[in-house]
Amino acid sequence: MTALLEVRSVAVRFGGVMALSGVDLDVQKDSITGLIGPNGAGKTTLFNVICGIRQPTTGVVLLDNEEINGVPTQKRSAMGIGRTFQRLELFTTLSVFDNVLVAAELARVSNPHAVAREQIELLGLTDRADTIAGELPTGSARLLEVARALAGRPRLLLLDEPASGLDDVETQQLGVLLQQLKSLGIAVMLVEHDMSLIMKVCDQIHVLDLGNVIASGTPEQIQHNPSVIDAYLGAVR
Amino acid sequence: MQQLVAYTVIGLTTGAIYALASSGLVVTYVTSGVFNIAHGAIGMIAAFSYWQVRFEWGWSAPIALIAILGVLCPTLGLVIDRVALRGLAQATEVTRLTATVALMAAFIGIATWIWPPENRQPFRGFFDGNNVSVLGVNVGWNKIIALIAAVVVAGGLRILLYKTRLGIQMRAVVDDRSLAELNGARPARIASASWALGASLAGLAGILLAAEVQLNVVPLTLLVINAYAAAIFGRLKSLPLTFLGAMALGLTEAYLLWGQGQSWFPETIGGFSTSGLRQATPTIFLFLLLMLLPQAKLRAGAARVRERSAIPQWNTAILGAAVLVIGSIAVTGMMTRSNTIYLIQALIMALAVVSLVPLTGYAGLVSLAPLTFAGIGAVLMSKMPGDGNVVSLIAVVVVVALIGAVVALPALRLEGIYLALATGAFALLVSILVFNQGKIFSNGVAEVPPLRIPGVDLSQPRPKAIFLSVAFAVVGLLLVALRRSSLGRQFVAMKDSPLAGATLGMNLVRTKALAFAMSAAIASLAGALDAGKVAPDNYTFDRSLPILLLAIVSGVGSIGGAFFGGMLLGSNTVLASIVPSVSKITQVMPGLIGLSMGRNPNGTASQIATGFRPVTSHPQSLLTALSGIGALWLLTSVDIISHWGFFAALVIWGLGIVPNLPALAVTSGRSRVFCLLIAAVGMGIAAFFDDIFDAVPTGGRLLAIIVLFVVVGNAIRRVHTPVAPTSKSSPDLMGLTGFTPEELSQSDRAIKVVP
Repeated sequence: MTALLEVRSVAVRFGGVMALSGVDLDVQKDSITGLIGPNGAGKTTLFNVICGIRQPTTGVVLLDNEEINGVPTQKRSAMGIGRTFQRLELFTTLSVFDNVLVAAELARVSNPHAVAREQIELLGLTDRADTIAGELPTGSARLLEVARALAGRPRLLLLDEPASGLDDVETQQLGVLLQQLKSLGIAVMLVEHDMSLIMKVCDQIHVLDLGNVIASGTPEQIQHNPSVIDAYLGAVR
Repeated sequence: MQQLVAYTVIGLTTGAIYALASSGLVVTYVTSGVFNIAHGAIGMIAAFSYWQVRFEWGWSAPIALIAILGVLCPTLGLVIDRVALRGLAQATEVTRLTATVALMAAFIGIATWIWPPENRQPFRGFFDGNNVSVLGVNVGWNKIIALIAAVVVAGGLRILLYKTRLGIQMRAVVDDRSLAELNGARPARIASASWALGASLAGLAGILLAAEVQLNVVPLTLLVINAYAAAIFGRLKSLPLTFLGAMALGLTEAYLLWGQGQSWFPETIGGFSTSGLRQATPTIFLFLLLMLLPQAKLRAGAARVRERSAIPQWNTAILGAAVLVIGSIAVTGMMTRSNTIYLIQALIMALAVVSLVPLTGYAGLVSLAPLTFAGIGAVLMSKMPGDGNVVSLIAVVVVVALIGAVVALPALRLEGIYLALATGAFALLVSILVFNQGKIFSNGVAEVPPLRIPGVDLSQPRPKAIFLSVAFAVVGLLLVALRRSSLGRQFVAMKDSPLAGATLGMNLVRTKALAFAMSAAIASLAGALDAGKVAPDNYTFDRSLPILLLAIVSGVGSIGGAFFGGMLLGSNTVLASIVPSVSKITQVMPGLIGLSMGRNPNGTASQIATGFRPVTSHPQSLLTALSGIGALWLLTSVDIISHWGFFAALVIWGLGIVPNLPALAVTSGRSRVFCLLIAAVGMGIAAFFDDIFDAVPTGGRLLAIIVLFVVVGNAIRRVHTPVAPTSKSSPDLMGLTGFTPEELSQSDRAIKVVP
């Protein structure tokens, strides 16, 4: 099986700081890949590199075996990369429905209104469709970010802490949704601090610390990896 | 050789003055994050004040300098920081930028008011008439002092920033505001200190500059555009680079001046005169530097937009368009010819204002050049073959749209203040280099032919006014369609989060260029439809500022707001031409209104719309409102009340009484009687307005109507609004905003929080 996304020795330098130093990882089709690590480990930076907001200092990103390093951000969505943001980036003055509609229209789907309605339904936001996005509580706002990203019909969905601000029930529903997306053939990359969610849904987990991948494997393997426990999970147990 | 020395000295002097001004600009920008467009205006005010105390009141130079640079300027800086900008700390960059544009407009207004341009004593520089010989060239003391001042300020700033506690705190705040605050620095105080310092530096530069170029409000204000160029050269951060940029700019200007006196210097290039080239140097410099800035990076967590952008509804839009057109047919039938001409000016202004709706209102981009595009439209229309043919008009609109997009394209890599500055530089360049050409405006005038439409004579005021309101209505409806379309949504999405837009596949450059093209096309109508003789003065940079201000203040997201803003600008001209004393207030008005923006980012129009909302959902009130208008119409048509009476009564009825009708319907007893009494008296005064204000000219009458409507409206509101029991109703209102006070006190009683 060939990987949908391949990250090959990607390094990013901010002045004197190496935000990422030589990261290698693959994301398979039909899979959920977890990306965990303490704050400042470089998770969001890696997302920024994958969707073209930041160019890597060295290294390459391959999508379907093709290098996409020079491809500008706005063209990557047409190639099938969608994402949400840790610090919300909603269209705050548009309604919930219009937020998703803009995404569907930008993706040039054949019936944008229907697609938007469908995604809003999927995320359970139908009741709030006419609310102005800026007035949503954080939990709903996170779900709206997911709905909007899905309206772009991505093959690879990058979710940056989608569960922060959700309550337990909502988090569980999100987990179910992620499984559903996987069965639809969407590859999901998930940055999350909620370990129970990560351990439950992910097929593969990569642990980042100080810009390095310190471990990769199944949830089972990661939970028993001593260096991960040292760097990160230790505090949780 | 002597000439080389002479021009080098001139260049260094000019550079020194620019350096003084630009270092002040950089100091305020880095510590407070506000790019002060009004920086030049502060220098201008300082120069005028210095002239006042030094030459009119005869103070000695040192005392005058202490008074202006040590007292007036720092106070001005503090007041600006505390009063005008502090409330906007969390606002978007567009709003903050507009606030300083408002300041600039206000200062220009105040200066023209206090110091009218007639018979003025000359402004003499320091030790005027005494020269020093430098390498065989006589140099005036003013120039020497400018050079010394620049060196002293450069050294002083260095010591301040690196050796004093205040300076170190300043640098700390620049590095990390919250960290500095945690360590005991007080960013607010430091910002105030830097505003005081920046204002004094602007003042010093203004005074030195005035001695070289004499006192003149607008040029003196705009000459500090040069400071912008130097500050951009320092990337708004580095003071040494800023000084270097200022010197390079001064020298370029001086050598160009030298060159222009030589025989080898071409007087014309391709038939166009090069005389404006030296004057335009700083602006060209600024424009080029902006073009060379690196592509703006996509950034997360941009300022959150406080404004709401409601989607315009078709039925309201069509109703509004119909009311406008029918209203203008009715009103122009009763107006005198000269008043109709004022209405035409107001409608032209409204078109210029509405051109900012797609650009600023929807897409969130600022342009300081709406009238420049109107001017280009007027020029092209006057040069087009076909003499007012509809096809030529379409061609003009298309060409200006293309110009808008092309001009904007290089600027589109920029964001925020840089983009706004680039449009400002473009406006100045077109004014200096293009509109001043004899080829473009022959003898300073261009003749725009009236549009030829079969069966309508648009050279007459009444048909022209009606036609312009039709044009506005059509533009308005098109904009409603735009806002409801996919592209319109993309504009708003880009304003809210360019980053999210890009990750969803939006081509930001293309979207911005489209917004600029549309805006330019609408603005071109304001020029091309303004038939008659037009002068380049109609389309200068400083005239574009009130347009932007009124657009933003009256609600740039809504077409109604734009119309309202245009009418305000238009009434400005009416007042200005009729009551000179009022006109002085109105010169300052746009600036002052602009400063009120911090409290109501949605603009005035949305406030008015909110006021009418209860009426439209209350059939009885709506019926009463409409029959009232019908009755007034009837009374006028049988000559019981005059035209002025009709107009006044319509304003009082529509704006003062109608919004209160639903509330009146539920009031009873004495307060109801009292309200009806106030309404009756107000309407009575309005209806017989002509007899009461017999001797008063138009401007005074308009003022009286406004006062009357405010008094009547507020009196009724006071009486019928029950005193809100909020202070007693609930000890804890957290989150309970969706309830009426009655419901809250009910629930409070139910859970026994209050007896």
